[in-house]
Amino acid sequence: MSVVTASTAQTKVVYAGRWRHRLYPVVMHLIMATAVFLVTFPLLYAFILATQQTSMGTLRPGSALIENATTAWQRVHMGRLMVNTLIVALTVALGKIFLSLLGAFGLIYFRVRGGSLILALIMLTHLLPLPVRIVPTYDLLTKLGWVDTFKGLTIPFFASATGLLLFQQFFRTVPTDLADAARVDGAGPFRFFVSILVPVSRTNIGALFLIEFVYMWNQYLWPLIVANSDRTRQVQVGIKQLVATDSVIEWGVLTSGALMIIIPPLVVLLALQNSLMSGLTASTEDF
Amino acid sequence: MTTVFPNRILPYLLLAPSILLVLVFFIYPSAQSVELSLYLVNRVRDVRVYVGLENFQRLFESAAYLDSLKLTAIFTVIVVVSSLTISLALAVGASQPIKGFGVYRTMLIWTYALSPSVAGVIWALLTDPAIGIFTDILERFGVVFNWRRGQTDALIFISMAATWKILGYNILFFLAGLKNIPHEVLEAAALDGAGPWRRFWRMVLPLLTPTILFLLIMNTLYAFFETFGLIDITTQGGPGRATEILIYRLYLDGFRSASRIGLASAQSIFMLVIVATLTLIQYRFVSRRTFYQ
Repeated sequence: MSVVTASTAQTKVVYAGRWRHRLYPVVMHLIMATAVFLVTFPLLYAFILATQQTSMGTLRPGSALIENATTAWQRVHMGRLMVNTLIVALTVALGKIFLSLLGAFGLIYFRVRGGSLILALIMLTHLLPLPVRIVPTYDLLTKLGWVDTFKGLTIPFFASATGLLLFQQFFRTVPTDLADAARVDGAGPFRFFVSILVPVSRTNIGALFLIEFVYMWNQYLWPLIVANSDRTRQVQVGIKQLVATDSVIEWGVLTSGALMIIIPPLVVLLALQNSLMSGLTASTEDF
Repeated sequence: MTTVFPNRILPYLLLAPSILLVLVFFIYPSAQSVELSLYLVNRVRDVRVYVGLENFQRLFESAAYLDSLKLTAIFTVIVVVSSLTISLALAVGASQPIKGFGVYRTMLIWTYALSPSVAGVIWALLTDPAIGIFTDILERFGVVFNWRRGQTDALIFISMAATWKILGYNILFFLAGLKNIPHEVLEAAALDGAGPWRRFWRMVLPLLTPTILFLLIMNTLYAFFETFGLIDITTQGGPGRATEILIYRLYLDGFRSASRIGLASAQSIFMLVIVATLTLIQYRFVSRRTFYQ
């Protein structure tokens, strides 16, 4: 009896093995390829429409991509808006990284009285996303004369609980020997910060840069309220203008405009996805 | 930390910019929100009258606002549940140790780079009555889908677009969470005879709890606030008020009308309470039930 059961079990294992080796990967490839196709299809469809002279709702690509893109580019001054948005996204991403590196350095490597209180204060920002304080923040901007300026688009975003928390946690995993050695060598805090701490943090810096760049590039509500001249207008609001120009939507122009503003964040994502991945999975084992 | 640089003033100087920014752009405006919510404000005539809690009373007696609250709840639940389920399934699939699956991992996260407003444009195209392939396919099954006319269609429309856009973000975090699960644990379970289904429910899912909770709160905030761009560029709250979620209502009262600033501030405070409650619940939950490695 027991012999029979054992042999059945063995057969099962063998079958499972064969299934695993041959068929399973093929089936999984089919499933995943279909999933990727379904997720990507809307973008593909938009791309096809962007190439058509007159939108037909067919899957046949046309030859008007350049024409449509040029129209979109000129109609809302896309070049200017791209530069504007790039200025904002870069300033905020780098500013946030710099300030949270400094703050975390202060909290971890020095004796700070009331340090946990300061941390709690900064963590409080998690509970206060912009929409819950948007009217008074706009009023404040008016008082400061920052409406329709790059200051108004960037500085309110500089404080970063996420960044501070990220670097604070990371600095705790950096071996204390490093700071000790630096001190013994006669390096002051700034020397240690610049030549040791920042370089070992590069993965986390990359991860934070990706998150903040994409976040700022895709901002919509705040720029809609505070940046309404060509001087400061942001790309997402430009897309709204493309929608609103006529009662009849020119799909070719609209989709080509929408597709071109995806490119910068997509490039940053592709370049830094590995940093983000290792930043998210990092543990003390890195050292 | 044991190693400490001896400087006494320097750390405060390092922290000063962050503290200043938090006080000026977070604490001060939030306090102002509380204050404004107690006044009747007219921006054009530049007058304000103290009215106590009247704004809150008006808010919760307004059928339109309660509808908006209900709508936001439904929309958020649809987006959070469908996006988390789909992205978890796709992430588990893409993380299988099969040759060539790295490509899928990259090709599934790209919607992270999209903005909600661009997602809105793309889904408006897919569902356009004249040239949308989605409406075209539905019509072949005898279903007419038009979000510019039908209120339910409009809710379905913004839910689909919002869910699609957040997939990339969720998959990215799920892939990282799955990578954190030691392979030996799963292999040991497999050798003990646990099938893939059982391994998923008994091991993978519990070990992913921190990621799921994190994404739960991030997706809720996303549905609450970030979807504004998607709605403003497509339905603009319509048809009727079918897609006028809380943030859109707040925008209309706070920036599209001169005399509803107080009312908008009361809405801000109410949203603040919701966000704070959700975040605190999450913190509590995470510290209790997280599986630390």
